[in-house]
Amino acid sequence: MSRFAIETVELNHHFGSQAVIKNLSLQVPKRSIYGFLGPNGAGKTTTIKMLLNLLQPPADTVFIFGKELTNNRIACLAQMGSLVEQPAIYAHLTGKENLINRCILLGINKNKATEMLALVGLIEAGDKKAGKYSLGMKQRLGIALALIGDPELLLLDEPTNGLDPNGIIEIRNLMLELTSKHGKTILISSHLLAEIERTATHVGIINKGELLFQGTINELQDLSKPAIKIEVDDHGAAANILSSNGAAIISENEGSIHINYTGKADMGNYNSLLVKNGVTVYSIGTEKKDLEHLFLDITSRN
Amino acid sequence: MRSLFISIQSEFYKSRNTLAFWSSILLPVIICGAIALGFIFKYDNLLKHPPQVLWFYFLSPIVGIMGSLLLPVLVIYNTYAVTNMENKGDTWKSLFSLPLPKLSIYSSKFLYVIFLTFLTMLLFSVLIFGFGHAIELVRPQLKFGAFNPSEVIFKSFTKMFLSSIGIISLQFLMNLMWNDFLKPFGLGFLLTIVGSICANVGWKYAVYLPHAFPSLTVMNIMSTKKGIEFGIFDQAIANSLICGVAVFILGYFILLKRNIK
Repeated sequence: MSRFAIETVELNHHFGSQAVIKNLSLQVPKRSIYGFLGPNGAGKTTTIKMLLNLLQPPADTVFIFGKELTNNRIACLAQMGSLVEQPAIYAHLTGKENLINRCILLGINKNKATEMLALVGLIEAGDKKAGKYSLGMKQRLGIALALIGDPELLLLDEPTNGLDPNGIIEIRNLMLELTSKHGKTILISSHLLAEIERTATHVGIINKGELLFQGTINELQDLSKPAIKIEVDDHGAAANILSSNGAAIISENEGSIHINYTGKADMGNYNSLLVKNGVTVYSIGTEKKDLEHLFLDITSRN
Repeated sequence: MRSLFISIQSEFYKSRNTLAFWSSILLPVIICGAIALGFIFKYDNLLKHPPQVLWFYFLSPIVGIMGSLLLPVLVIYNTYAVTNMENKGDTWKSLFSLPLPKLSIYSSKFLYVIFLTFLTMLLFSVLIFGFGHAIELVRPQLKFGAFNPSEVIFKSFTKMFLSSIGIISLQFLMNLMWNDFLKPFGLGFLLTIVGSICANVGWKYAVYLPHAFPSLTVMNIMSTKKGIEFGIFDQAIANSLICGVAVFILGYFILLKRNIK
């Protein structure tokens, strides 16, 4: 039994002569929230479409819960719910009717429609035509459509698009509950890096069709070399003193200076050195790059 | 089979409040009702005619206009409406990411268009028969009840329905391939006019043009006024069914190869 909900093996895809996915080997562990990050045009949506068999992947390259996708299409799709690009809803039907239609297609009890409306906060708008919904309401309906079949694996392409901060928090809490209490696996592509940092357990970073990083959120953080930030009254004097004592200066600004972190002991020594030499130290501490800066660093190398 | 059944059920659920569905019902009601009113208000001019001729006067305008224009345009519109529902909402990708065979999804839409056409033809048959007898209740001088037209009506509308299968398959394929109103509708309308002209001038190869099948069928039905019996199956009907099956299969293989954007 595979421990991965999604596994791709050197997945490739071309649009005409242009390679848009290159040797992509995703490994999404079960019960994880996998943040799938990349700049616009990196190949995130193309990858998600291949996982759903909307774009035909080569044989033996995509595995969903251990089953090869092209030979087990129905069985794989039965375990998946998705929201790809904008929500796919029928504007002439009400929100509730859209969900009932999905219940008909999945062969499940139509009462699930009301349950899903309550879950995404659309009970009061359930009898309104979906074409009249705001962007946020359409997004909620799209999430409800993805969840209604109680799938083991959710593929969400920018699910918080158009949601206000309260809505984003609700979706975050819902995703955390789905994985921790219900054992679901979620692959979420997003541009909201701060949101991914709060929610994801694993991250994959893609650019120009290539997977540049894949691992846990902690492994990603470990890539970032920490720095020491020292706030001083005279950054010029501080820079001279520190560099002549072997410190590597990263940057120097009015009132502060950044040097490479080489250990707690060295940090203490630098503090003492500055004070002995008449430089006033207002604060000294370590700093790590946030996900946004890490993402920019990683994608800029490719 | 279960997948096909639930897909068709979904098609019905999605379109039960749309123009495509209701026009299939209202069109026969309005046309038959209008003709019936014409009989009721202008009955003086019709008193001299025997019952068979009265039924012919009721049936022939409908069959005539259906064959040359109304049936092809109805089919062109229905195929557009059924496929455009998915194009408008960008819902093809959600349909094809459901655990349903692609053949079921494809077939359900095709069969639903056939159902709408069948419904229209059935309602025409029933309403012509019903209105004919209802006219006699209002105008007893018009002896509709003295002749039983059910065989002629049944054969006529069965032929009309079967003659449309070829057009349904072609228009359905065009609408699947082109996310557009003008191309399938414009091309279909043009082919309808060309087909009608070819049929009416008696071009020998008109029997191979799908959009000419309804016109050829009408010509075959109208030949009964010369006392010639007509059967349900003729060359145009056979070609319509062959075209329907062949293009349906071709369309499915095109769909399999396509990526769903």
